[in-house]
Amino acid sequence: MLEKKKLVLIVDDDIDQIEQNKFLISNMGFEVITADSQKEGEEILQNTKPDLAIFDLMMENKDSGFILSYKSKKKYPDVPVMIITAVTAETGLLFGTESEEEKQWIKADKYIEKGIRTDQLQREIKKLLKL
Amino acid sequence: MEKLKVLVVDDEPGIRSGINRILRNFTVGYPFMEDDFSFEIIEAETGEQALEILENNKPDIVLLDNKLPGIHGIEVLQHINKNHIDVAVMMITSHASLDLAIKATGNGAFNFVPKPFTPQELKAAMESITKHLFLKKMTRKMKKESKQLKFQFLSVLSHELKSPINAIEGYLKIMSDRQAGENIKDYQTMIERSIARINGMRNLIMDMLDLTKIESGKKKRELRNTDLNEVAKLAIHSIEPLAIQRNISINLYSEENTYFKSDMDEMEIIFNNLVSNAVKYNIENGEVNISITELKSAIEIKVEDTGIGMAEEDIAKLFHDFVRIKNSKTKNITGTGLGLSITKDIVELYEGKINVNSIPDKGTTFTITLPYEH
Repeated sequence: MLEKKKLVLIVDDDIDQIEQNKFLISNMGFEVITADSQKEGEEILQNTKPDLAIFDLMMENKDSGFILSYKSKKKYPDVPVMIITAVTAETGLLFGTESEEEKQWIKADKYIEKGIRTDQLQREIKKLLKL
Repeated sequence: MEKLKVLVVDDEPGIRSGINRILRNFTVGYPFMEDDFSFEIIEAETGEQALEILENNKPDIVLLDNKLPGIHGIEVLQHINKNHIDVAVMMITSHASLDLAIKATGNGAFNFVPKPFTPQELKAAMESITKHLFLKKMTRKMKKESKQLKFQFLSVLSHELKSPINAIEGYLKIMSDRQAGENIKDYQTMIERSIARINGMRNLIMDMLDLTKIESGKKKRELRNTDLNEVAKLAIHSIEPLAIQRNISINLYSEENTYFKSDMDEMEIIFNNLVSNAVKYNIENGEVNISITELKSAIEIKVEDTGIGMAEEDIAKLFHDFVRIKNSKTKNITGTGLGLSITKDIVELYEGKINVNSIPDKGTTFTITLPYEH
């Protein structure tokens, strides 16, 4: 019997980032669904429970990824969330570790810098999916 | 009502209570201030006491007598100056000499009031010192705000510049690892997307250059009689390939030789932005109508499209730097988010106005009026 493919949700407002991650993650043997805005991401999360969610940080809002992460964790506490961002390098801002208050509501399991090597990304995804 | 703390330093109780009486119900207001200022008086008998109060109560103004029992007023002033205490000092003294006045001014005293003074003289001095403090505060606030704006601009800019680099780098990595096999044809879309992103980045850099030139005022403007009809035709010509692909017809309603005293480059930027937007945000088989009309005191440029239109809340954001209206209808349209911001900057150079009317799924009309006298 065929095992059901794991489902990965990718939300990013850059269509090329979506295409690349979709390509890489499909190659790992996973099913991929995508959304190109926080709003569309929220809509998908309403009715779909992915096995892993990957969010870009800056979309319509500069903290869209955090908002999606928060909402996803609230609805599906067991679905791991990865936030991919270039924010640290751009603004020098470190997030997630700024204050206790923030740590409490930003509940991504893994932060990844944009431009990460393919094999690293694939390793992190496997780790979060406990494969 | 805002309150300023005034520290009165004088060993004569009569002077202290006199000042207290004069300022108790006195307020200062100017048309440019949102709030009037009133005064709260703190009294000190000696210079030593004054230093303590300066430390603990952070007054805004000090009325300072020079001849005091312990340390002199001028020494209090020197202390303030040396420790960069943020307070405006007014010397009040009966033993005024040129020497003291020079020394006080050299140490940063704001002004000098000789004793005895009339209530009117004191009030006039307080008015000028209040105005000074208010302007100082506003200057500081504005400097801080412009710094914040600059930071915001730079962080968005770096994001916009880095996104295409990340995208192209990603495609190159996939190609470098031969992740889609050995056949170059299987990478065609990735190559095309990379080229598209490079073009987008080039456009962004060109727009950035336009924007810096306009905002820094460094661009040499040449105002001469420019034929807007001709400029419009040039803009149409450069967007035509895209219009043909999507079967969009562009119509120009304007008299030959519609002259307007302006900088040709600036007029080109306006027309290029509006006409290319009208085509980009249009539908297949759509229409773009451009009209240039000579009104009584201004010239009117109207660019109307039959495109996707936009919601009211989007219109409000439209002219800000890097704003792009993102929704399912616009997701395949490329742009830098700077075109309309630049257009608005130019329109303002001519003391003109830009108006937007838009109905979702019906179309958008941009109307620019530029006065002949600018």
